[in-house]
Amino acid sequence: MPVWQSLFADLKDRNFVVVAVAMDGPEAARPWIEAAKLSYPCLIDRNHHVADLYNMVNVPQAVWIDETGRIVRPPENAGASDSFREMNRVTKQMTPEQLAERARTKTTYVAAVRDWVLKGPASEFAFDAESARARLRLPDAAIAEAHAHFRLAQHLLRTGKSDEAVVHFAEASRLHPDSWTIWRQAAKKDATGLAAGREFWARVDALGDRPYYRPIDMKGM
Amino acid sequence: MITVLHEQSETACSTAHADGEQLWIGAGEFERATGWSLKPQGFCHGDICVPVPAGRTAEFVAGDAVNAGAFWRRMNNPVVHDAMGEVWVLGSGATDRSTSLQSLEAPDFTLPDLAGVDRTLSEHRGKKVLLATWASW
Repeated sequence: MPVWQSLFADLKDRNFVVVAVAMDGPEAARPWIEAAKLSYPCLIDRNHHVADLYNMVNVPQAVWIDETGRIVRPPENAGASDSFREMNRVTKQMTPEQLAERARTKTTYVAAVRDWVLKGPASEFAFDAESARARLRLPDAAIAEAHAHFRLAQHLLRTGKSDEAVVHFAEASRLHPDSWTIWRQAAKKDATGLAAGREFWARVDALGDRPYYRPIDMKGM
Repeated sequence: MITVLHEQSETACSTAHADGEQLWIGAGEFERATGWSLKPQGFCHGDICVPVPAGRTAEFVAGDAVNAGAFWRRMNNPVVHDAMGEVWVLGSGATDRSTSLQSLEAPDFTLPDLAGVDRTLSEHRGKKVLLATWASW
């Protein structure tokens, strides 16, 4: 998020805004937002409504929306790298090469956003309607049903029925196994609030050759 | 009291009663919960009307009440409820979501910020927007 803050600070006079959506409850999101001193809108989406609307499966994902409200880049991984999968899982350390790869993908993505903000449709990173449509990922019936179970589970959790909530979180993940937002929101968190324990790594390892962050169609990535 | 969850709204429905997979709600309350109203031509939302299937009226309408569960499933939308039948999600189907995305008009939404103030995506019309998700977990 600090990376969006510096991008926003640089470009806010160029008719540009960042709208951040936390797939989280307000209690969990608050310390992060306050610590980063963010000046763009930071919204709280405990029901993952935006993931349902835009068929998102992970964070960070982002959408580029032009001045008329048209999607010019559909939801996609916003510059995160799979290099974290190779970290030392005991020390949580990454090698200099892994860190460099992580920084490179983030920098490439942010530079592309900047190019689009400055050049608009002339930016090589902005898709025309046909190209944007071709890159959309559309939900199927199981995904739609998964979001309904997730919505019910969040309601049950808030009304003190956590045992029953677990059943519907599990059903949501079963119906939509590609969604990390659903799985991690419901997963056990460690002392720092991260769902990054043994179960997380087992699920990551089960991906095999498949990506955790889906590669995106962007020059330089 | 049965609670109906639809999109971002949460509606307490005093006229609703559940019977297994059936959820009957007074037509006025169903409209408040979902935006769908019962008219002579069928179930209507904005300009769209869906006729009640011929010869099957009793499955969908009884006096002033509508079978929200049956209608919702007929529309191929998800219907999910808790074990007691006290909380029902009338979800949005894959076809509606896909049609909306394929229009390329960014689906609009309203969510609170940390101060509890509601913000709407389309407030930013006229600017370029980077809509970016994140999470603490």
